[in-house]
Amino acid sequence: MIEVRNLVKNFGWKRVLRGLDFRVGRGESVAILGLNGTGKTTFLRILATLSRPSGGSVSMAGQAIPSQSIQVRRRIGVVLHQPLLYGDLTAEENLRYYARMYDVQSGKTRIDEVLDLVGLEMQRRELVRKYSRGMQQRLAIGRALLHTPDVLLFDEPYTGLDTDAVIMLDAVLKDAVSQGRTLVMASHDLPHAAGLVSRIDILSKGRIADSISCSEMPVGEMVLRYKAVTHG
Amino acid sequence: MAAGDANRSMEPMPILLKVLSGFSVALFSVALYMVWFYAPREVVMGEVQRVFYFHVAAGWVGALAFLVTAIAGAIYLLREESRWDLLALSSVEIGVVFILINIVSGSIWAKPIWGTWWTWDPRLITATIMELIYIAYLMLRQGIDDPRRRARFGAVYGIAGFISVPITFLSIRLLRTIHPLVFGGEGGSLAGSFNMEPPMFLTFMISLLAFTFVFVTLLWHRYRLQLRAEQLEQTKMKLLLE
Amino acid sequence: MAEDRSPTVLRIDGGREAGIRRYFRAISAIVWKDLAAELRSRELMSAMLVFALLVILIFNFALELSVRSVETVTSGVLWVTFVFAGTLGLGRSMAIEKDRGCLDGLLLVPVDRSALYFGKLLGNLIFMLVVEAIVLPLYSLLFSVNLFDPRLLLVILLGSVGYSAVGTLLASMAVQTRTRDMLLPILLFPIVLPVVVAAVKASNAIQQSLEMATIWPWLNLLIAFDVIFVAAAFMLFDFVVEE
Repeated sequence: MIEVRNLVKNFGWKRVLRGLDFRVGRGESVAILGLNGTGKTTFLRILATLSRPSGGSVSMAGQAIPSQSIQVRRRIGVVLHQPLLYGDLTAEENLRYYARMYDVQSGKTRIDEVLDLVGLEMQRRELVRKYSRGMQQRLAIGRALLHTPDVLLFDEPYTGLDTDAVIMLDAVLKDAVSQGRTLVMASHDLPHAAGLVSRIDILSKGRIADSISCSEMPVGEMVLRYKAVTHG
Repeated sequence: MAAGDANRSMEPMPILLKVLSGFSVALFSVALYMVWFYAPREVVMGEVQRVFYFHVAAGWVGALAFLVTAIAGAIYLLREESRWDLLALSSVEIGVVFILINIVSGSIWAKPIWGTWWTWDPRLITATIMELIYIAYLMLRQGIDDPRRRARFGAVYGIAGFISVPITFLSIRLLRTIHPLVFGGEGGSLAGSFNMEPPMFLTFMISLLAFTFVFVTLLWHRYRLQLRAEQLEQTKMKLLLE
Repeated sequence: MAEDRSPTVLRIDGGREAGIRRYFRAISAIVWKDLAAELRSRELMSAMLVFALLVILIFNFALELSVRSVETVTSGVLWVTFVFAGTLGLGRSMAIEKDRGCLDGLLLVPVDRSALYFGKLLGNLIFMLVVEAIVLPLYSLLFSVNLFDPRLLLVILLGSVGYSAVGTLLASMAVQTRTRDMLLPILLFPIVLPVVVAAVKASNAIQQSLEMATIWPWLNLLIAFDVIFVAAAFMLFDFVVEE
């Protein structure tokens, strides 16, 4: 589904990604871990077509980034650090806006579905400006799922969520993967990620330094290996 | 490719640049001599008319510099190679200085001839607007930290500015002008117009040529300096990372 | 019938027509969103309006405007007001996109980037026109001048189009810099100057009820500037929002 070969990304003279290779098949779910500032967000932004690669090749379902970005954008649902919502619109209006932008068929029912899914149907007519951080994050997740994308690119989606919402998001992600969607998620919580995804990739020094299949290893061992890779 | 640029700037100054620098200095001295001693004194305006040679040449270099910026900016947008951005920036820095020379020298000339330091003539306004656009260009760059975004925004603004300058001139030109038209046109009756005798014309052309050479030389030196600065930055980052 | 089932019709992108429909749908969605948010908060319009009235008030004292002397300076005063109020609106309209990362939200949408430009341009233009629609009758009332000349309205429309075209491009740039609001007028005014000059001149000629022969050159110029600026901004916009 996603194929990344020898990806390089520079910010000025700073090399953030240095020849990164990465592959994910359809229906696979991968969590990317790494120390702060190792380029997890940068990598996800490149997959999301928001940032141009400085070198190497990236493709999604056979479509190259950035040359076929428009087609790629149609199949990805993205959650970033910021919620990408308008404060002066209600939750419902925000979703209605994005439904129009993505040309979602039968938008009304889909908006109801999504609001129900992320547990905001009661607050649908409230201004996003008045939402708490966690509620904004819930709505951001709803926004990312609105156009039923094949590939979910979530950058630390659990930030700011309460326990209820964590359970909700776990269920949403597991459900999506079981339906054959692909998940790439940046995370900082290894034990939690291990219970959710099929593979954990460790980003270090601008490359995927290690790749661990979650079914093959107990969590304790994973943590040790993570420490060895990132600090070794 | 960027590393290749940096390596090249490590080399000693190219021979061509040395020759060019020497030639520019020589040609400029010749122009200076011609302006002061060869060109005849203009009958009506007197000595102050001699400002004209460098005044026009400085204006020409300014416009040329901003053309280089627009072209280098366009190439940068297509190729994303930082050296084109450095060239565009170097050219703006030089252009801003030369347009300032142009405006100030024009003002010195205008005082005795028009009886005022400043007048709202299309050419004066356009030169000033042009200066303001490229000062804004430098301020824009100051406000951006990410080098790639700085280069992209600089290129966009350099192109937009260069599109705007001629149409600014055109729109103000539709009002009446009192600036003398030296070549052709019906400017003969305007205050400050004069007919150029052959020695004057020769002096004028040599000044124009000298300024153009000075511009190319300065641009080259400035560009090399920018490359080195960038390379230094790169080395610093490397040392910090490893 | 057989053709309907062919794979070209069934591919994800849909046909060319669907693409065009999507393009305009995105533009209208952006405009709708800007208007809906503004109708709710009324921050932008009220700021623009109050600011516009204050500018006119200051002019009134600075130029000793009276009913008798106002004729000659009306077009100048009006355009300075529009230009200043317009900057305020442009800065705010782009700041909204930057606030909760909405610019990224725009960039994630699967339409051509130019749709984003035209959407924002239309929104900014509408705000500016609404302010003008309120300022004009007020000005007429305050100084007893008749400004309801269809030709004058046309000039104001054309001038606002050119101003918003450049303004939308440069405001999207300014909002991504450290100095933000401070930088916008410095970037915008020198570049948009030809539009303002032509608009003031055309308005002036109409105000002094000169014959169409003297007005036409300015009108043509204004149209030409609009075309040049919209085309240039449309082509450059991609580079301003990309990362």
